[in-house]
Amino acid sequence: MSEKQVTRRNFLYVTTGAFAAAGAASLAWPFVDQMNPDASVKALASTEIDLRPIIPGQSITVMWRGKPVFIRRRTQAEIDEAKKVNLADLPHPEADSDRAQNPEWLVMVGICTHLGCVPLGQKGDYNGWFCPCHGSHYDTSGRIRKGPAPTNLEIPDYVFLNETTIKIG
Amino acid sequence: MSENYAPKSAVGRWFNDRLPLLNLIYGHLLPYPTPKNLNYWWTFGGILTFCLVTQIITGLVLAMHYVADADLAFASVEHIMRDVNYGWLLRYIHANGASLFFMAVYIHMARSLFYGSYKEPRELIWIIGVFIFLLMIATAFMGYVLPWGQMSFWGATVITNLFSAIPLVGESVTNWLWGGYAVGSPLLTRFFTLHYLMPFLIFALVILHVWALHVPGNNNPEGINVVQGSQDTVPFHPHYVVKDMFALVVFLVVFAGFVFFVPNLLGHTDNYIEANPLQTPEHIVPEWYFLPFYAILRSVPDKLGGVILMVSAIAILAFLPWLDTSKVRSAKYRPLYRQFVWLFFANVILLGYLGAQTADGLFLIIGRIATAYYFAHFIIVLPLLGYIEKTKPLPKSLSEPVLSPEERQMKAAASGASA
Repeated sequence: MSEKQVTRRNFLYVTTGAFAAAGAASLAWPFVDQMNPDASVKALASTEIDLRPIIPGQSITVMWRGKPVFIRRRTQAEIDEAKKVNLADLPHPEADSDRAQNPEWLVMVGICTHLGCVPLGQKGDYNGWFCPCHGSHYDTSGRIRKGPAPTNLEIPDYVFLNETTIKIG
Repeated sequence: MSENYAPKSAVGRWFNDRLPLLNLIYGHLLPYPTPKNLNYWWTFGGILTFCLVTQIITGLVLAMHYVADADLAFASVEHIMRDVNYGWLLRYIHANGASLFFMAVYIHMARSLFYGSYKEPRELIWIIGVFIFLLMIATAFMGYVLPWGQMSFWGATVITNLFSAIPLVGESVTNWLWGGYAVGSPLLTRFFTLHYLMPFLIFALVILHVWALHVPGNNNPEGINVVQGSQDTVPFHPHYVVKDMFALVVFLVVFAGFVFFVPNLLGHTDNYIEANPLQTPEHIVPEWYFLPFYAILRSVPDKLGGVILMVSAIAILAFLPWLDTSKVRSAKYRPLYRQFVWLFFANVILLGYLGAQTADGLFLIIGRIATAYYFAHFIIVLPLLGYIEKTKPLPKSLSEPVLSPEERQMKAAASGASA
């Protein structure tokens, strides 16, 4: 007689166990998900900004989702510098035209992609941004050029509502 | 040892017959046989227990006055410092207590490394210890975030961003940790909750640590096996109770020196500036006790690589009992290991120094060499030493190394005659 024969009891054990495991897993989810961004945080997910007070060569920093966003009205020299870079030389190749909808306005999340510090503007070896925490250098298009950061400064979703107003988020 | 114990009072006997708690405590604290030659490096276990209890008690009362909300936290800490009766004292004890806790735990770990206390049959004591160390790191880090100063905020930002290095799910994981899209109130509240919970988990692990210790008994400076209850052991009480108490008093003198004379020496002045999400401080440094690991993180030019290396630097400790292939425990009888272990200690201190410097130029190069050596110690030096080192002969008992040549001869003659 085979001792490995599947009995009704084995079947009951397995199905009961599976049912309990699925139940426990579904009950665990609320305890995990409660830590995710809540409705009040998500409700603050977009910001509108008036661009009129900003003159060329000036930047402002606005808060969006609790993070700083840099809005820089670039000078012609900065735009030219950003455009003439050979993409093959970049650790994270992205054309300047893909990063700025309107070349005059550079809008990006002001958080270093390494470990989240706020880079300082118009500093560093590439005349763009420099992160004081661990020494990442970004160029005038916010692209990583030197240092430990893995990617370029993030470009948030934004639209020009009209000539002088943008909406981030 | 504990079976023969009978409480003197009738109430004690009544209780003990129903729950032999007194038996348990008695057995582990009073007649527990301890090697007779433990030096002062062995007193740090008791000192660490004291530190844990101090942190729990001061933390408990601080929590009665602290408010875990991004808008109120900084002000509530200032309120503790200025308004709450003796609030300044309680907070300075808690803040400096954390530093001294780490000072003591590093000495405790260094002792274990030097005398080979992690080796068979004490591997599990060591591994539980590594977990306690991990929990201590997490607890201290979360506690440092609570005052919500600039270093708190940016320390929390840098460390939680380490999780964004995880491929694919990194961003979701960090948003989940933050409860938002950046460090803010939700993170502060959950860090406070966990900071409150973890010391009790540490306490539970400490009980397991001591329990596991009392199975084989203490290691000793000679690193040899000692028969419990033989001439080589003495009862824990009064011998080591008194020794531990004396060491604790000396430790308390240092502790009080920090609390009353230089309470902010080990802190960072930037943490007295309220958190500002728009401005990163010039130079972010963690508390001194994390500096060696911070130096390892920064020595790697790659984000994920740096995180993996930093975590490995701690995780590798858990494998130490098997990486060290030598059967001889104490560095006293291992002429080569004795030099390498000091080199390792010096290297960790060097890493700590580098962690406080800016990560560029010469510092970065030295940091990379020191990081490589840290791992080489575990992966290359320790496994090889077991095979190539010629160890010194071990004594047969704890008494032997301290006997004069004549006494040794007499003893040998006596044992020869009796045999």
